[in-house]
Amino acid sequence: MLAWTIYISFLGVAVQMLLPGKAVRASRALALLTAAGSFAATLAGWARHPGGELATIVRVPWIPSLGIEYHLAADGISITLLLLTGLVAIAGVLFSWNIDHRTKEFFAFYLALIGGVYGVFLSFDVFLLFVFYEIAIIPKYFLIATWGSTRREYGAMKLAIYSFVGSAMVLVGVIAAYVVAGAHTMNLLELSKVAFPVHFQMWAFPLVFVGFAILAGLWPFHTWAPTGHVAAPTGASMLLAGVVMKLGAYGCLRVAMALFPRGMDPWGFRVLGFGSWRGVFALLALIGIVYGAMVALVQKDFKFVIGYSSVSHMGFVLLGLMTLRQIGMAGAVLQMFSHGVIAGLLFAVVGRMVYDRTHTRDLDELGPMRLGKTLPFAATVFVLAGMASMGLPGFSGFVAELQVLMGAWQAFWPLVPCAGLGIVVGIAYTWRAMQKAFFADAGEGRAIAAHALPPITLPEEAGAAILLAASIAAGLFPQVLLKLILPALNSPLFDGLRRGSWQ
Amino acid sequence: MTGTGYAEILRLVMPETIVVIAAFLVLAVDRFFLTQAGTRVRFTVAAAIAVVGCGGSLARLWMAPQHAFLTEGMLVVDPLSNLVQAALLILTILAVLLAVESRFTEHVGEYVLLMLMATAAMMFLVSSENVLVIFLSLELLSLSLYVLTAFSKSSIQSAEAGVKYFLFGGMSAAFMLFGLSLLYGLSGSISLSGIASAIGPHGLDPMLMVALVMTVIGFGFKVAAVPFHLWAPDAYQGAPAPSASLIAAGSKVASFVIFAKVLMIGFAGAEGSAAWRAYAAGYVPVVAVVAAASMVLGNLAAIAQSSLRRLLAYSAMAHAGYMLLALAAHTSESVASLIYYVFTYGLTTVGAFGVVAAVETETGSDKLSDFNGLSRRAPLLSLCTLVFLLSLAGIPPLAGFFGKFFLFAAALQSGMGLLWLVILAIAMSAVSLYYYLRVLKGIYVADPPASAGPLRVPPLNLTVLCLIALAVVLLGAAPGWLLRLIENAVSAR
Repeated sequence: MLAWTIYISFLGVAVQMLLPGKAVRASRALALLTAAGSFAATLAGWARHPGGELATIVRVPWIPSLGIEYHLAADGISITLLLLTGLVAIAGVLFSWNIDHRTKEFFAFYLALIGGVYGVFLSFDVFLLFVFYEIAIIPKYFLIATWGSTRREYGAMKLAIYSFVGSAMVLVGVIAAYVVAGAHTMNLLELSKVAFPVHFQMWAFPLVFVGFAILAGLWPFHTWAPTGHVAAPTGASMLLAGVVMKLGAYGCLRVAMALFPRGMDPWGFRVLGFGSWRGVFALLALIGIVYGAMVALVQKDFKFVIGYSSVSHMGFVLLGLMTLRQIGMAGAVLQMFSHGVIAGLLFAVVGRMVYDRTHTRDLDELGPMRLGKTLPFAATVFVLAGMASMGLPGFSGFVAELQVLMGAWQAFWPLVPCAGLGIVVGIAYTWRAMQKAFFADAGEGRAIAAHALPPITLPEEAGAAILLAASIAAGLFPQVLLKLILPALNSPLFDGLRRGSWQ
Repeated sequence: MTGTGYAEILRLVMPETIVVIAAFLVLAVDRFFLTQAGTRVRFTVAAAIAVVGCGGSLARLWMAPQHAFLTEGMLVVDPLSNLVQAALLILTILAVLLAVESRFTEHVGEYVLLMLMATAAMMFLVSSENVLVIFLSLELLSLSLYVLTAFSKSSIQSAEAGVKYFLFGGMSAAFMLFGLSLLYGLSGSISLSGIASAIGPHGLDPMLMVALVMTVIGFGFKVAAVPFHLWAPDAYQGAPAPSASLIAAGSKVASFVIFAKVLMIGFAGAEGSAAWRAYAAGYVPVVAVVAAASMVLGNLAAIAQSSLRRLLAYSAMAHAGYMLLALAAHTSESVASLIYYVFTYGLTTVGAFGVVAAVETETGSDKLSDFNGLSRRAPLLSLCTLVFLLSLAGIPPLAGFFGKFFLFAAALQSGMGLLWLVILAIAMSAVSLYYYLRVLKGIYVADPPASAGPLRVPPLNLTVLCLIALAVVLLGAAPGWLLRLIENAVSAR
């Protein structure tokens, strides 16, 4: 059933392309139907595999002479991320309802991107995973370059090149792993059982990890993220921040860490105080948390605030992965879900509800418009989403970041106060943006009367409701997701990881 | 050694013979029956005869595959040569079909004749392991291509391209002949295996090194590898589109196959090693250096181009660099991956030149700005271009990606020593995405010029281009079939 998420999405692409160019309404409806259909398929698949153990969905030989298979499989981590993809995809279509320039092409690229994302989350053959990973690159480029705003062609090209460089690094590592293993297979589980020589893992792990982590916004390779997010049209920013960054984190966990667990072992010597790649990446993740938050604090552009906040929040994901403690890694996966939903919502408010109406994202210009009065719905949603983003209890961010910090406390406690600092700054920048954009005192600047701004439409309300509900549900009942995630972390795929530094 | 009569030889070279007969038939029909007809009719008839001829030759290859090894490797017919010949015929058929609508010449019969002669030369080239026959076929191929390049008499660029191609080609032929004659002097044999067995025991003496370098220069020119590439941008830009696609596709396939044969059979025992910090003299380090130079220069220079044809020329150098990697690896898997790569590359390039031709006829030039907004003016043509360029960039699930993957995996399987070259190749292919995306940005993102209406593409061209695009997608999504075919052919040697 889960495989249909991929097929429905690509079927949607094909039908979009066949539609006549004028059929804007049909194109929107079809996109919504496709996204909802994929989500329904995910729910059905979840019902069938509620335990979160690894379950093979499809497995047929693809290129027998190289031992490559078309192998789709899902565990709890995949299902969690599939749910996220489905939610963000539906909301993204709803928030793209006002696209009327080359509509069918927009949705064709949009659905192709979604299809690639579903494919990555479901692939259990490294080669197949890589194929889907690259399929997702091209639609991003066209979505941003064609329908974007500020410096769209620059942002789009930067994003495409960063992604492609990352995937090139992954490709080197994957081919090398295939050849060194000599097992004539690309199956993740089979490869994870191969005992690669430690010196090989020591260079393959950082190569593949960084290759994927570029897309997850690892500092200092994060610079594509703010420019890309800002340049993208609302629906695409939601997908980028909500889902595509998770592709990177997922790849880190699923490929880099699962295949080369001993790459995280101590080197046996210390350079600049670092004893292992694990320490290096944990520190980079921490820098990302603090740096992203600090930079978000001083932005003038509303969307850049959210863009940098994504870098900060993704830092928690990578930090959680590097703890190598069950609680930290579970927190990391939960944070992927949580950040996906919240970032999607924040970008929706900024990009669609505010920018498409006021045509400015400058915080100083937004203030005098008194958006808190003129767009009360947008203000409310932003306040709620901001609370979730700050990590207040009751929202998904709280459980996720708490678990990551608990894991980090066990693994490397000196880092935790710094991460805590990141959270405090996070409260500050969210507060600042909220205050300046929605609740500033109307000075003598230009005040725009309420009737000048078009009211919030039904699709926007529906999209916001879906994402808010998801965040609150995950915050109040994290057990639902943890029941999926924990068994997946105990699956045989991570045996090597558990035997190594895992405690 | 004796005992092979002419009848037997004729039977073995039946596929080539059919092509040659078709070539003369084209000329005769055009000369005697169609003097009054318009260019379009003449091209249609000539193309029809050529397609039937190539098709007949293909059928012969398919139905009655031969197997023979004649005196001194003069004629080697085996599954591998049959397969490569079939690939060459397919590429020629496509190039001829895309030529039907062109208007650059009055001399239709001669033009198609030369295309078929070039094809026959390529077919002889790949079915020989004898330096004399190799040189003769190469000359027949080159001379046909020089004329094809300069064929557009009204275009000064075409003439310039022809002269440049000819001068560089003549020079490199001299180098190659010098290298081959040194080989003969060293070994007293003109067959590749004879040469190998004569020089093998002595190892690398300085004379052999000279012969090796000369030979690599000669073939390096044919495959447009850096630093023997100077003719390529001009030839690609000036030549009529069908000639350019023949140079870029068919001739590339044939040259790479024979290059591999000469190195791997003729210089067996003189491989050397290009492994990082484990260098040993031989042909592998020479090839590795040329490969690295081609990848770097080709990809970086392509970024600066504003004409699509020149961009394709520089990207061709880059691709030649990737393919040379397979020669540096010199295993049977790497040869299989080379053949997959070069064939799918040829297919893609024929398609790309088909697109260039279609746009050129409407806008009069191949500047990148002329492609602006093409997706609004010709959606199907743009989709084909998307497929071709992304395949060249190596994006899955298109054939170009699988070609690269097989190639790099095969190169690493020969030993981790080539890892540095593989890393360079993958890094450079990340660079290449930039300039391919730049073209696609013009097509999909930029707005068309205000006055521009829909672009008219002849239905035949559009059909052929769609078929090629479909093939590129299918060969990418299901590469197992072709790969098995190639691997069987390679291992059957």
